[in-house]
Amino acid sequence: MSGEPLIDLKAVTRTYLTGAATVHALINVTLTIAPGELVAIMGPSGSGKSTLLNVLGCLDQPTSGSYRFEGREVATLTRAERAALRLSAFGFVFQGFQLIARTDALDNVELPLVYADVPGPERRTRAMDALARVGLVGREHHTPAQLSGGQQQRVAIARALVNRPRLILADEPTGALDTRTSIEVLGLLQSLNHGGITVVVVTHEPDIALYASRRLVVRDGRVISDDRQRAHDAAADLQALPQKAA
Amino acid sequence: MSALGSIVPLAFGALRRNRMRSSLTSLGVIIGVGALIVTVSSGEGSKAVLQAQLATLGTNLLIILPGSSTSGGARGGPGSGKPLTHADLLDLVAGVSAARYSAPVDRTTTQVVIDNQNWLTTVYGSTPEFFAIRDWTLARGRFFTSGEADSGAKVCLLGQTVATQLFGNGDPLGQVVRVKIMPCEVVGVLGGKGQSSQGQDQDDLVVMPWVTFKSRMMSQDRVHVGSILISALSPDEVSHAQSQAMGVLRQAHRLSDKELDDFTVRNLADLAATQEQAADTQTGMLRNVAAVSLLVGGIGIMNIMLVSVTERTREIGIRLAIGASENRVLLQFLVEAIVLSAAGGLVGIALGLGGSLALSAINHWPFIVSPGWVLMAFGLSMGIGVVFGFYPARKAARMNPIDALRFE
Ligand SMILES: Nc1ncnc2c1ncn2[C@@H]1O[C@H](COP(=O)(O)OP(=O)(O)O)[C@@H](O)[C@H]1O
Ligand SMILES: [Mg+2]
Repeated sequence: MSGEPLIDLKAVTRTYLTGAATVHALINVTLTIAPGELVAIMGPSGSGKSTLLNVLGCLDQPTSGSYRFEGREVATLTRAERAALRLSAFGFVFQGFQLIARTDALDNVELPLVYADVPGPERRTRAMDALARVGLVGREHHTPAQLSGGQQQRVAIARALVNRPRLILADEPTGALDTRTSIEVLGLLQSLNHGGITVVVVTHEPDIALYASRRLVVRDGRVISDDRQRAHDAAADLQALPQKAA
Repeated sequence: MSALGSIVPLAFGALRRNRMRSSLTSLGVIIGVGALIVTVSSGEGSKAVLQAQLATLGTNLLIILPGSSTSGGARGGPGSGKPLTHADLLDLVAGVSAARYSAPVDRTTTQVVIDNQNWLTTVYGSTPEFFAIRDWTLARGRFFTSGEADSGAKVCLLGQTVATQLFGNGDPLGQVVRVKIMPCEVVGVLGGKGQSSQGQDQDDLVVMPWVTFKSRMMSQDRVHVGSILISALSPDEVSHAQSQAMGVLRQAHRLSDKELDDFTVRNLADLAATQEQAADTQTGMLRNVAAVSLLVGGIGIMNIMLVSVTERTREIGIRLAIGASENRVLLQFLVEAIVLSAAGGLVGIALGLGGSLALSAINHWPFIVSPGWVLMAFGLSMGIGVVFGFYPARKAARMNPIDALRFE
């Protein structure tokens, strides 16, 4: 593999101290991800997938070990520095959509731009573009309650891409969706990946991991396998699926 | 700063969503600010009335009464102890250089009769200086002269009330009224002064020369003087005149350094002070209501903001996870608390102004509201938002985004 990795984890450990018990959520994880990869992280529930994703996205900090993002050590950043990095470099698709209730799609998507102090008119245009990119033209002023699960996930993806991140992190993005909608969402992530954004997707569904070019399996806090594969084309699979009744 | 531009509408939106809760929360601030406005406004109004009434007593006025003013022990108040004399008056006229006028005053309550009309009133005996000291004006006729005063002429002036009671719309000038047993020619009618601050009719009086009064109303006693009025050269000279008068009287009464005054010199400022004190106690209670309401209102805002922060834990988690700085989240909730209490402040100001207007109408005092106080009340309500909103806002800003996102 040539060039500098986007992500470079060395011996990363994450330990939770909860009262009496000590939980080793990540144990000695060493991992590199190159720019432009689409990685699926798989594993059973409680194996440490979310913890790994949170560490990658600088939401959480390793208890020990080193994490270099774009060559810069970020494991020891302060809370404010991590927030600034999240804002400028990462796009998150959280588990369970995590849209702000009673706030329309456009305002939800604009949120990262508000915090990045992008001026109002530009904010609006960029948020509209992001919504168009995920196929939600005409739904700008719908609140989450007025959108289907698939549409809410598209809003969440639009919000993740609106600040032009280098890395998009998605935690169980298809968890609450039917098969067809799940493939649509993966299709979106694939197209963002083709546009040059590195994507890391956590999933426990093997069918979903098929759309990634690399598959990591986590168990009890350790990466137990790391395979490259030929990714399925979500767009092609969608064509093959029986049409949904409109 | 573009941050505030997006935060303020956000705060209004959040508060509008819980309209009922927001208005109930603001109630403490509404009542507090309202009470504060009423306190200040009615305090100013009653003070203005007081000052207008005190001004009718005469300018730069000193009142000298017999007896010590020291209230402690068995020493007794004014009126006890050594009486004032006409010699004291002459000493004062000679010795108080800061005085413009000095006048003796004696008075009694008696019947004034003309034909079949009679009226019970207060009769004053004094000198022409009395009219100048007490700022009396003439409605008709003239004041009595120094010559009449010295010779004990049987002339008098009627107050408006007495003139109306005895003569109705008729002309009292030149008429002879009987005061007690003495016939007396009316040479003038005094201008009206209205009610005093204690609610007394100041126009219910008859004034005649002091010599006449002493020789005809009293038992020929032309030595003792009931009280002495002095008007100082200017307001700045009042305290100077007061100390001069005290020195003169101490010497005249041959008091040694160890002996206390056997007379009292009061000035109008003292009088104003005691009356303002009475007015202040009245507004003091309202002020306490205001302070307690504002405190309760602030705690209410803190409480509701804590509830709101807990309810919106996931929203806060989303904002923080996306990359909002702590300061932005803190500012968001602080602005919300400020908008909440400032809105309460605005309503309170409106209610307070209404209440003050009603009070001024009921009590017949002027409706005085200084913009400075209104601004200060508004600033205070915003300050309450800042103080009581800070802790909940900081609680929001310091959340761990991962935990907050998982909050059910
Ligand atoms: N905040 C926390 N405090 C204590 N233990 C935690 C915390 N978060 C996660 N864990 C534990 O760490 C392990 C890994 O959790 P997680 O990364 O969420 O797993 P996954 O996403 O694969 O289901 C689990 O045993 C979980 O109970
Ligand atoms: Mg998980």
